[in-house]
Amino acid sequence: MVDGTERDGEPDARARTIEDREPDARARGRNRDARTADADRKRRVESAGTDREAITFGREGIRVGFLTTVPVAIGVGGYGVAFGVLANRAGLSVAEAALMSATVLAGASQIVAVELWTDPIPVAAILVTVFAINLRYSLMGAALQPWFRRLTPKQIYGSLFFMADENWALTMRELTSGSGRGAFLLGSGIAMWLFWVGSTIVGAIAGGVVGDPARYGFDFVFAAVFVALAVELWEGRSSLVPWLVALAVAVVAAELVAGRWYILLGGVAAAVVEVIRYDA
Amino acid sequence: MREPLSLDPFVVAVILAMAAVTVVTKVGGIWLVRHVELSERLEAGFSVLPGAIVIAVLGPELAAGGPAEWGAGAVVLVVMWRTESILLALCAGVAGVVLLRSILSV
Repeated sequence: MVDGTERDGEPDARARTIEDREPDARARGRNRDARTADADRKRRVESAGTDREAITFGREGIRVGFLTTVPVAIGVGGYGVAFGVLANRAGLSVAEAALMSATVLAGASQIVAVELWTDPIPVAAILVTVFAINLRYSLMGAALQPWFRRLTPKQIYGSLFFMADENWALTMRELTSGSGRGAFLLGSGIAMWLFWVGSTIVGAIAGGVVGDPARYGFDFVFAAVFVALAVELWEGRSSLVPWLVALAVAVVAAELVAGRWYILLGGVAAAVVEVIRYDA
Repeated sequence: MREPLSLDPFVVAVILAMAAVTVVTKVGGIWLVRHVELSERLEAGFSVLPGAIVIAVLGPELAAGGPAEWGAGAVVLVVMWRTESILLALCAGVAGVVLLRSILSV
């Protein structure tokens, strides 16, 4: 997809200034530049601009999002059962465990929260930990902005309530394919919500009877979704540097820093390096 | 053991506070970029976020695994690359990890 032409050539820098002034030159420039890695990066920024014109928010998007996510949500359900079991052991009632899954809808933070759950409940520690574990969602949400720009605040924030790792990944895949289905996140989120809450209830009722999700390979669904997404997000040579930066920083940070900060650190490091490389 | 449907008001309050904190993290990022004008340079930075986040999630996840997870990860990669079907890739990956774990643990 990228032929490896020099990306930082003078002509490109000039083209960029012209493009900034003239929309027509920009459109022509897009075709011509599509061969260079630099333009590839630029096209992404611009095509985000085109995509947002064509974004829709309707039943069709909800339906497709829901159906695409069901198989993944079944795998996530393995974790919901595990969470239900842990919540039950921590002393939460079935209704309380279900309420947590229905309103928080963020697996890792819920599991850690019930592990911290003692009597009296360490409220401050739980809230700070939940915030720290879930801060990565800010970055994930911000990554959706190019497509969500045209949606109403109600549509955006309503959809984001249902965002979890797996359906964010599926939504990125859908939107980068150019389908313009703005309601995909909401539909996929509803699927996640139903299976997450349902499996929590099963786990909380069944208590210790249920086995380890690893026995059925459910624990691998999470990694598998992200490997599949990585394949789709690969944009050729222009992806190489940011990905290597993200990988190196995340792996090192995971060793050194407790919790899930490594996701945030890896993502931010890649973005910072890209900002520095831009025009350089 | 507590009644399945019992709701302790304090527990409910803690859960709702957890929910509020989580909602802030989920909407906070996009709220910020919607209300701050981004330069082209910054937007280029944001455009690498999706891939970078995926890799940042994946790297430590796979590093914490072993040969079975790495092998199954490769299976997902190849199936996804060849078929572009997420369902097929997931099924192959889960089947692969179960198979590899049973082989490697012998």
